[in-house]
Amino acid sequence: MRHVLSILVENEPGVLSRVAGLFSGRGFNIESLNVGPTLDPTVSHMTIVTIGDDQIIEQIIKQLHKIISVIKVVDLSEEQAVEREIVLVKVGAEDSKRAEVLRIVDIFRCKVVDVSVDELTVEITGDKNKIKAIVTLLQRFGIKEFARSGPIAMRRSMQLAD
Amino acid sequence: MVRTGAQILLECLQREGVDLIFGFPGGAVIDIYDELPNHPIRHILVRHEQGAVHAADGYARASGKVGVCLVTSGPGATNTVTGIATAYMDSVPLVIFTGQVPTQLIGNDAFQEADIVGITRPCTKHNYLVKDVRQLAFTVKQAFYLARTGRPGPVLVDLPKDVIRATAEFHYPESMSMRSYNPRYSPNRKQLRRAAELIAASSRPVVYAGGGVIAADGAGELTRLARDYRLPVTTTLMGLGAFPGTDPLWLGMLGMHGTYTANMAINNADLLISIGARFDDRVTGRVDAFAPQAKIIHFDIDPTSISKNVGVDVPIVADCRQGLVGLMEELARVSGVDWQGKHAAWLAELAAMQREHPLTYASSGEHIKPQWVVEKIYEITQGEAIITTEVGQNQMWAAQFYRYTRPRTFLSSGGLGTMGYGFPAAIGAQLAFPDRLVVDIAGDGSIQMNIQELATAVSYQIPVKVVILNNGYLGMVRQWQELFYNKNYCATCLHTNPDFVALAKAYGAEGFRVERIEDVEPVLRKAFAHPGPVFVDVRVEPEENVAPMVPAGAALSEMLLV
Ligand SMILES: Cc1ncc(C[n+]2csc(CCOP(=O)(O)OP(=O)(O)O)c2C)c(N)n1
Ligand SMILES: [Mg+2]
Repeated sequence: MRHVLSILVENEPGVLSRVAGLFSGRGFNIESLNVGPTLDPTVSHMTIVTIGDDQIIEQIIKQLHKIISVIKVVDLSEEQAVEREIVLVKVGAEDSKRAEVLRIVDIFRCKVVDVSVDELTVEITGDKNKIKAIVTLLQRFGIKEFARSGPIAMRRSMQLAD
Repeated sequence: MVRTGAQILLECLQREGVDLIFGFPGGAVIDIYDELPNHPIRHILVRHEQGAVHAADGYARASGKVGVCLVTSGPGATNTVTGIATAYMDSVPLVIFTGQVPTQLIGNDAFQEADIVGITRPCTKHNYLVKDVRQLAFTVKQAFYLARTGRPGPVLVDLPKDVIRATAEFHYPESMSMRSYNPRYSPNRKQLRRAAELIAASSRPVVYAGGGVIAADGAGELTRLARDYRLPVTTTLMGLGAFPGTDPLWLGMLGMHGTYTANMAINNADLLISIGARFDDRVTGRVDAFAPQAKIIHFDIDPTSISKNVGVDVPIVADCRQGLVGLMEELARVSGVDWQGKHAAWLAELAAMQREHPLTYASSGEHIKPQWVVEKIYEITQGEAIITTEVGQNQMWAAQFYRYTRPRTFLSSGGLGTMGYGFPAAIGAQLAFPDRLVVDIAGDGSIQMNIQELATAVSYQIPVKVVILNNGYLGMVRQWQELFYNKNYCATCLHTNPDFVALAKAYGAEGFRVERIEDVEPVLRKAFAHPGPVFVDVRVEPEENVAPMVPAGAALSEMLLV
């Protein structure tokens, strides 16, 4: 099962390599990893997407806690979390295609952030399904460059009962 | 008061109660060595940095205190890695100080630069690069705090030369607390109650104890639990000494070279009470066939050890000693159980197994049997020695044929299986207990991996006794080749061993050779009575095997008795 782990760590040198090293050293998967600052300058926030059965996820969480620099680990299962990811895509948009590309951008409420005569750079924000849908649609225009942040996530304020 | 980094470091060591360190100097730490004579800290100059770490490790295991090392940058630091990994696998509290090139040169491929913090990240509990002398005292305090609390382990502190030479105001923190590190010591009451209920309901319980009991100083509590509630006990290699090997409830060690009774007890048990052990593959054999009928209670200070390899019914995260105390409190509340009679049938069954399949060896032939040598060492020392081991057959025979009655008397590299551990560890243990007899039960292969420490033993007159069970082979590997690889003895024959007696003498130690059965006892007595370090080269049966044996990947019940 896919799990999104939200991790608070001490903001100190080497902490990323401690976390990444845990995954590589113990053969756990990292689907994506995202690190950024928090409002507290001494704390960084990591979001890791990983895949494993319940026993593996339990080990991953325990092992993360065991790293001295890790302050907190939260397992955000998909139903309980809002997840967002940002993608930049540079697509071919010669005159004949441009209108169609812009229409897709519009339907998905994306943004064009850079333009040239034959290319458009589109910013997509959303969860993984939305990103998958729009990228599939844009592919036929020719994707020239692609950059993806990996998701960040947060627990929903209102939890729905199962 | 303003001090240099070197002064601050040594002042911190004194505050931590360190009176002994093991080290080897070099350019990056010369300022610390320059300052060292001004402090009441004894420095033991080893002959290889791996020896320093194993010696500090032996000191720590024998005494329960934190072992400390000081080495230089680059090769000095990389030479410590095997020692650190050894200590990490066996949860031994160490603090290792490494020199580093000056901060402005870090990352420049400077002379004798190695990224030791990067290299040791996966084999330390935690490590630090100190970049500012004002952080030094705090870092040292934290390093000792981490090494000795929770699940103990090695912590490395990397010290750039400019930091050691810089000056700062010295403040030593009185206490330490960390938002990211709060080991849980006290057991959950509800879980203890469930454990007590399971024990009261069981008819074939077995206690399976490991090194965590010794690390938590819980051997007395373990012994009391077993005796009061009539529970049979087996331990891992790391747990030897946590329960008296002379007690009728003792089943022997379990696992790959465990006793028939211990392994069959696990196989037939309806309840496993695991205390400070981690279900290592050398213990469990084929993991899905391990304790197939048993419910499992697992005490461990490290949550990651619980349900890692084997699912557990009652997990209890706690210090093992506190866990044992709590469990006994809960058991005392259980009424209406006749503990003396409760497990009588089970204990009788196990006793019959022990009679039927004791640890044994064929005593025929003109060769000296290595197992018998270990039995003689036990007899002569009356079980009072501190035994260290190398790795291989020597280690297993030392585990099987010497009876350990007290914790911290069997020091062996269990998790990493490091050849070359035993001799420097014996030196460390001897320095912790100058008046006790310390014996390294060695193999002819392993002893050569840190034999340079003879110079250390001689120069400080550290009177360790090394008994080499010299079979002319890398015996344990040869045994695998014999049993599983058609006797293809590739690269395991040591036909060019040195003359160990002459070698010992060349270093200035005493040396004896034993080739006849009748000489074993008198020579061992003479060696143990000798006031200085001694090598005893005992020529043993070359192709003796360790038995019983659970082949790698087989179930415990599929033991070869050979
Ligand atoms: C550093 C290291 N290298 C290799 C091994 C693999 N190994 C395990 S036991 C063994 C043989 C040890 O030979 P010896 O010290 O003579 O002991 P014996 O088994 O003969 O008693 C070897 C090579 C090891 N454990 N450690
Ligand atoms: Mg040998």
